[in-house]
Amino acid sequence: MAGHQTYEEQKALVFRGLLLLGAITMIEVVIALLAKGHLVHGIKFSEGFGHYLYMLLMIGFSLYKAYFIIFFFMHMAYEVRGLAISVLLPTALLIWAIIAFFQEGSSWGARRKQIKEKNEELVKPAPAGAPQGYLLPGAAPEFVI
Amino acid sequence: MADTSVSPAHETHEHGHQDDTTLWEGAKAPFKASYGKLMMWYFLVSDAFTFAGFLIAYGALRFSTPTWPEPDFVFASFPFVQAHWPLIFVTFMTFVLIFSSVTMVRAVQEGHRENRNGVVFWMLMTILGGATFLGSQAYEWTTLIAKENMTVTQNPFGRHTADGVYVNPDGSEAKLPDGSPKAFHQGESYLLHFHGGKASGLAYHDTSKPGEVMMQHEGLKLKYTSGPYAGQVREAEMGPKAFGALFFFITGFHGFHVFSGVVFLTIIMINAASGLYAARRNGYEMVEKMGLYWHFVDLVWVFVFLVFYLL
Repeated sequence: MAGHQTYEEQKALVFRGLLLLGAITMIEVVIALLAKGHLVHGIKFSEGFGHYLYMLLMIGFSLYKAYFIIFFFMHMAYEVRGLAISVLLPTALLIWAIIAFFQEGSSWGARRKQIKEKNEELVKPAPAGAPQGYLLPGAAPEFVI
Repeated sequence: MADTSVSPAHETHEHGHQDDTTLWEGAKAPFKASYGKLMMWYFLVSDAFTFAGFLIAYGALRFSTPTWPEPDFVFASFPFVQAHWPLIFVTFMTFVLIFSSVTMVRAVQEGHRENRNGVVFWMLMTILGGATFLGSQAYEWTTLIAKENMTVTQNPFGRHTADGVYVNPDGSEAKLPDGSPKAFHQGESYLLHFHGGKASGLAYHDTSKPGEVMMQHEGLKLKYTSGPYAGQVREAEMGPKAFGALFFFITGFHGFHVFSGVVFLTIIMINAASGLYAARRNGYEMVEKMGLYWHFVDLVWVFVFLVFYLL
């Protein structure tokens, strides 16, 4: 990066980064406290549609902070394109991991009752003396190919 | 070996330490980055996957659980202040890390200018920032373990999803002074403080009056007034167990990264002060590599902050 900017420009970037990251964090916390009704009595938007809006805002702000740190503090913006791709592309695979595992988690959550029932299900022991894997009375073995 | 026809292919380093090495001697740097810097990037990619694995486990377990602690009730203590200040202390911790990241950028910049004193000064600032963060985390953990009785296997923080009313030990419904039932409502949080394995009391916090404990009695029970459990009396239960384990493992793993960062920063600062990197004449590249690691620690905190404290 030394070849791209003068020393003064570099120092300005640092100051801008400090202000930007600090300001975004402040905004995040103020919105979080406001959304959960800690800041102003009677104002709360952490349920229903407001909740989704809130989550979207928080994730958006965090992703912007991550972008700024990677591209300007870690100088990814000044690296060769190939380096940036070889680092960022594998990381992008995580998007699928997030979708897949969160789906798995919600499905697990939705079927908690069923999982509990299945866990507690008792298998009736076979009567004493009965052959293992016995046939129902009158049933003939049938083989289907 | 000394094939001069390929010599123009080698890359000149941005700090101009040009020599006569050929392709065979590793003169051409892939992606125009030095070996150490490139490997630091790939180490960070692998580390990002580890952290992502932890955070995705957090998300999946949270989605699988019907209730989850409210962060603004869990993380509400502040040193020297007996108050309910949701998220304020952890915001301070975030600022400490941002500051230390900024001082690290300054150290790297001074390194590019081969300014030894500048490097050492800004690295010292970074170390102080990292140490402050570790101290803050020690305070946060101590409060959660010693005061709130949260451990890896026990989480006293829960969140109710059904309407309920408190029942006195004799079975009668708890009443407010005006005679109406002492109920809590959907989505409100409660805190239980367990000491020595026994419930010593139940503290009910009203979300509209932060910090004020509405009631705290021995052996209070809970009666649901609506929903599928209407009429049933329940003992107050612990919150989802996974929360404690996830919190301590993930913030602990991040804290361990900060700790090792502080150790390496100290070593590299001493090396820089001794003139070792000045002699290498490569623009204090070791400081730059350390900077990458340190920014990554800050980067991870952005997401830890997001999932544990904001969402």
